[in-house]
Amino acid sequence: MYAQMVKSEATKDDPAKLAAFQVRIDAGEKIEPKDWMPEGYRKTLIRQVGQHAHSEIVGQLPEGNWITRAPTLERKANLLAKVQDEAGHGLYLYCAAETLGVSRDEMTEMLLDGRMKYSSIFNYPTLTWADMGAVGWLVDGAAIMNQVPLQRTSYGPYARAMVRVCKEESFHQRQGFHIMMAMVNGNAEQKRMAQDALNRTWYPALMMFGPSDKDSVHSSQSMAWKIKINTNDELRQKFVDETVPQAEYLGLTIPDEGLTWNEETGHYDYTEPDWNEFFDVISGNGPCNVDRLSARQKAWDDGAWLRDAMTAHAAKKATRNLAAE
Amino acid sequence: MSKEWPLWEVFIRGQHGMSHRHVGSLHAADSEHAIKNARDVYTRRNEGVSIWVVEAEQITASSPSDKGPMYDPARDKVYRHPTFYDIPDEVGKM
Repeated sequence: MYAQMVKSEATKDDPAKLAAFQVRIDAGEKIEPKDWMPEGYRKTLIRQVGQHAHSEIVGQLPEGNWITRAPTLERKANLLAKVQDEAGHGLYLYCAAETLGVSRDEMTEMLLDGRMKYSSIFNYPTLTWADMGAVGWLVDGAAIMNQVPLQRTSYGPYARAMVRVCKEESFHQRQGFHIMMAMVNGNAEQKRMAQDALNRTWYPALMMFGPSDKDSVHSSQSMAWKIKINTNDELRQKFVDETVPQAEYLGLTIPDEGLTWNEETGHYDYTEPDWNEFFDVISGNGPCNVDRLSARQKAWDDGAWLRDAMTAHAAKKATRNLAAE
Repeated sequence: MSKEWPLWEVFIRGQHGMSHRHVGSLHAADSEHAIKNARDVYTRRNEGVSIWVVEAEQITASSPSDKGPMYDPARDKVYRHPTFYDIPDEVGKM
């Protein structure tokens, strides 16, 4: 589900080593855990991969909200499979981040005390079943657009995790669009729900790509290191261009009066999201920030006894095996 | 009789960016020795850029007889695949 506004870290390494590192990156070589890397590269990646992992995990909450209320058994199984995938993707990414010298527990603590972020999109509520369609179609659509180029990112474990994630996620967007197709072909009220879900999800989905390039202070170093492959605006434009015809197919209206096809550029012109809202949500004031974090805190606290019990059981087994030898 | 060297499983990264893949095993006295032997036995023709060795005894493997209970439950969950969702071509690639 990707990361936004990852602050790149300054680096104070030996200039000769830095230059040699840049040569490797420019040659398209992958950096592996045991290779030398600049401190700034390591720290920026921990922040980005960690934030990406947190987004997968927190991203289960808005959809988990609807599993027990899915309209049919089939839709319920589909949604369950998707939410299950997000859990798996979080695990791949935490492990990739751990190769950089941070532990999963440390990352969890940083999420819970606010030092690490997750994508702003998950701070919006999912009010109706149609939101499950809009989330799969638009939110997963935007995430996939972000993640596909990351399969070529310079850090080996992150790139390989992305290959697996992209392969598994290809069904997520389709299941969302499939829900939207059913809604728009239903009765007038169902179609209205689909339009309402699109209206509420459109701008938050555009915000997933992060601030406009002109305000994105962290991009250039990350792009030089190939931690980031495309700029925020490039990916956002690509998303708009692909999504508009899909909305037209559904007979739904994108909630942007400024949306027009630009013959000259060969792209749609669109209205940028309200960036004040974005900064407000990412700094903790979105409609669901408190709910999401308290759900994570509760899961962490409620799971403590089980983590401890498993560790104690493993220690007991090890002692028993040792005694038997 | 002297003690036999333990068995090590050898994993090689064939080229930059790929995962390590299992290529075979060998005997060695310790991990450093195993890396040296793996280099001589498995990369004589420049087959790799990185080697991992793991003592065979340290590997826990699933049991082949558990195949049914382990993997059958995934068989009827066809909705985990993109082809399960019928999306018209005119929508574009998704």
